[in-house]
Amino acid sequence: MKPIQSSNDFVIKFANVNGSGSASANEMFARAIMRMGVPVAPRNIFPSNIQGMPTWYEMRVSAAGWLGRRGGCDLMVAMNPQTWDRDIAEIEPGGYLFYDSTKAQPRSRFRDDITVLGIPLTEICNREYTDARQRQLFKNIMYVGALTALLGMEFGVVEKLIADQYRGKDKLIDANVNALKLGYDHAKAELSCPIGLRIERADGVGKQIFINGNNACGLGAVYGGATVAGWYPITPSTSVIEAFGSYCRKYRTDPDNGMARYAIVQAEDELASIGMVIGAAWNGARAFTATSGPGISLMQEFFGLAYFAEVPVVVFNVQRGGPSTGMPTRTQQSDLIACAYASHGDTKHVLLFPEDPYECFTLGAQAFDLADRLQTPVFVLLDLDIGMNDRLCQPFDWDDSRRYDRGKVMTAEMLDAGKNFGRYLDVDGDGIPWRTIPGAHPTKGAFFSRGTTRNAYAKYSEAGTDYVYNMERLRHKFETAKKMIPAPVLKPASQATRFGAIYYGSTSPAMAEASALLEAQGVHVDTLRVRGFPFADEVIDFINDHDFVFVVEQNESGQLRMLLMNEGEVDPKRLIRVLHYDGTPITARFISGRIADALSKHKVTPIRKQVAS
Amino acid sequence: MTYLAKPKLLRADAPKNTLGYTRRDYEGAISTLCAGCGHDSISAAIVQACFDLDIEPHRVAKLSGIGCSSKTPDYFLGASHGFNTTHGRMPSVLTGAALANRDLTYMGISGDGDSASIGIGQFAHAMRRGVNMTYIVENNGVYGLTKGQFSATADKGSKSKRGVVNNDTPIDLVALALQLGASYVARSFSGDKEQLIPLIKGALRHRGPAFIDVISPCVTFNNHAGSTKSYDYVREHNDAVNRLDFILPRDQINASYAPGELRRIIQHDGSILHLRKLDNDYDPSDRVGAMNHLQERHALGEIVTGLLYVDSSAEDLHRHLNTVEKPLNQLGDAYLCPGSKALDALNAALR
Repeated sequence: MKPIQSSNDFVIKFANVNGSGSASANEMFARAIMRMGVPVAPRNIFPSNIQGMPTWYEMRVSAAGWLGRRGGCDLMVAMNPQTWDRDIAEIEPGGYLFYDSTKAQPRSRFRDDITVLGIPLTEICNREYTDARQRQLFKNIMYVGALTALLGMEFGVVEKLIADQYRGKDKLIDANVNALKLGYDHAKAELSCPIGLRIERADGVGKQIFINGNNACGLGAVYGGATVAGWYPITPSTSVIEAFGSYCRKYRTDPDNGMARYAIVQAEDELASIGMVIGAAWNGARAFTATSGPGISLMQEFFGLAYFAEVPVVVFNVQRGGPSTGMPTRTQQSDLIACAYASHGDTKHVLLFPEDPYECFTLGAQAFDLADRLQTPVFVLLDLDIGMNDRLCQPFDWDDSRRYDRGKVMTAEMLDAGKNFGRYLDVDGDGIPWRTIPGAHPTKGAFFSRGTTRNAYAKYSEAGTDYVYNMERLRHKFETAKKMIPAPVLKPASQATRFGAIYYGSTSPAMAEASALLEAQGVHVDTLRVRGFPFADEVIDFINDHDFVFVVEQNESGQLRMLLMNEGEVDPKRLIRVLHYDGTPITARFISGRIADALSKHKVTPIRKQVAS
Repeated sequence: MTYLAKPKLLRADAPKNTLGYTRRDYEGAISTLCAGCGHDSISAAIVQACFDLDIEPHRVAKLSGIGCSSKTPDYFLGASHGFNTTHGRMPSVLTGAALANRDLTYMGISGDGDSASIGIGQFAHAMRRGVNMTYIVENNGVYGLTKGQFSATADKGSKSKRGVVNNDTPIDLVALALQLGASYVARSFSGDKEQLIPLIKGALRHRGPAFIDVISPCVTFNNHAGSTKSYDYVREHNDAVNRLDFILPRDQINASYAPGELRRIIQHDGSILHLRKLDNDYDPSDRVGAMNHLQERHALGEIVTGLLYVDSSAEDLHRHLNTVEKPLNQLGDAYLCPGSKALDALNAALR
């Protein structure tokens, strides 16, 4: 088997034990590749555990800038004996295995069709270091050094990264550079460097930044003007609030007296966190929470209250798997329905689907304007894949002339001028009523907030006509929302086609690459990225303009497809499911394979019949 | 009915407070509770307390959960914003509201079902956090709106209207509040407005979590022989440790007290709490002593009332969070948005 030869386009996977300090070494290696101008998309596949369980770190190196998972593995860095067999099995034919050769392994534990690269890391560490923790940490740095040599990278780049990372702690710099050099020199001396996979200096990164979506959401909340956050720790959303806190300390500390222009409260549970957010937003502050699936379930009653009392709250939902111990460290897009129709009694909510950290920031900030303008909960639905993995994306930008849209807030001056105030009265014909902020006026504009037993003037009423008026107005408000939701992004195929694909959120980079793979095979599919709910008319038009539309999602039940069927009144047979839901991020190969399969079958039997049978 | 406004007819000589408001300006819609309900007396006491303290009605936010007691904020302070939230979750909504604007006065109205059962978690954590609020539980030992089930504050052995005996241990919210860090803790009786009104005044002018457990008999479902929350039972077993006179800094103090009879506590805003001792051994600054006293008397079937604990130097949640003096809901864009320059610097650090 001829070893794979590829420059700047391959997949490296690190198999480690969690809690061993490997993630930071692996991340440093990814950064080193980027500093050589080559785009990398790393993904941390980690267990719900602090120490001892298997963890993987997958790195997609792509000169073309594909940031989704490709699928497969060209170089396995096998550092975890527990997962050895499955790790070896995963390597592509012609691929490479890097391992710690301190302990001799029988031939039967390797494969004939791969190139095996062994370095006695443990032995070198035991020789060089006496402290147990140092032996562990420097082993990681040592394999980074060896890989630097094996992939033909510039030693100076990694060395400088270490210097940047430990700036001001010279002792640490020296120790780490020493370990790096041990690995580098050993590989140079004992193995043939470089191997068939190589990193060559390029200019593919440019101005892009490298950050994870949760941090970008936290920053978006700062720029969006949020002042109150109520939250409860839950993987994988916790770091949204941690980021918000650290950006607030940096940007929202009053320079004169060191006081905080924000308030963050860790609540006793998710019910209390959303309760605090609703209270703060009712009282005129921009407020948000961040949570994940189980938290969304717990908040349901409150979402209904916010919907009917028309309180502008923002919820970041970093999606994961199911309840209880269910896959909290795995990614999914499985909360769409739970959010779109959250709560009891005919509710419907605004959803936003960022594709990457850049959109986590922009849509995250925009969510606060939308919530205030529409006076309703707004959900920013990202997932673990975007939220917890550092991703290359375009740099953040902000227009300084932009002002927050606080929506229809009736001020004391307006009340004094004699404006008719009915808290739930549609005076502008867009379904959105005016509100007053508590404390605004001594005699005018006070109202009593409740769920639904009230009339348009917020007076207690159980009259059916008042209820119906309110529901129709809310329905009308949702129509208004359609025009405010970020527009979908259309990418036409290179030639006219009857086939389309709809996707959203973290599927975006894999879908982009899948399109290119399909194009290369002569398969043409127009794609549309949906960025929010309620759906803009263009989304339904797109479906109507194609015979069949693939709906690509990372859940088992086809939740966006359900929403499209329900809200767009689309014939279900024209919406073909492409579903990936094993907890790992969807890959370009998976999408293109499924679509190509479906279309090749289509050449034999018409899809209309095939789907119907 | 609540949608009927009260008649605006007013006597020309109706007394006014220093803001020029009459008592009527502190009232709300007409109560829909049963005639004789203790809760209406509490609403009246709140009206009187706010009138006496010259509080501007619109600078109060009143929040409640669900239940008979939680309906009452509609029946007082009609010029205030109010929020009837979800069952047992008022404390979190109030906490959020208080974070958004530290300048308003926050009043949380709840019941024993709302606070001791479904909402016991939120009750506990709001006390722990030191939210600056007056939290009143209108405690009648039963679920009124769902027609007479026992609540978690019903005493062991007390009998329901249908003759069922409660076997569960009661939750004493006062004991919980003391343990959890409330810095003003009182118990009173809806049938004793002389005691209740000053306690509410002291709570409204207290900084930090002020909790008042008001025994408020349910005339329809829990006012019979065998109930420990009936008017008769509470009158017979009311064991007041002190009587409070609330005095504003501007007030002249005319009353004279015998030596050792009085305890004087100055709150952070200068208001004065004059406590006339009824139980010579009772010390309202001794939290552990208060908890012991409560347990001892409860074991004897007595209901301890009065200002049970006060810490006038307590800190509140805003102090803990070190939030700016200006209310967060009034900070403009320039105070909140770091702008494009900061973003450029951040971008550079992310490469």
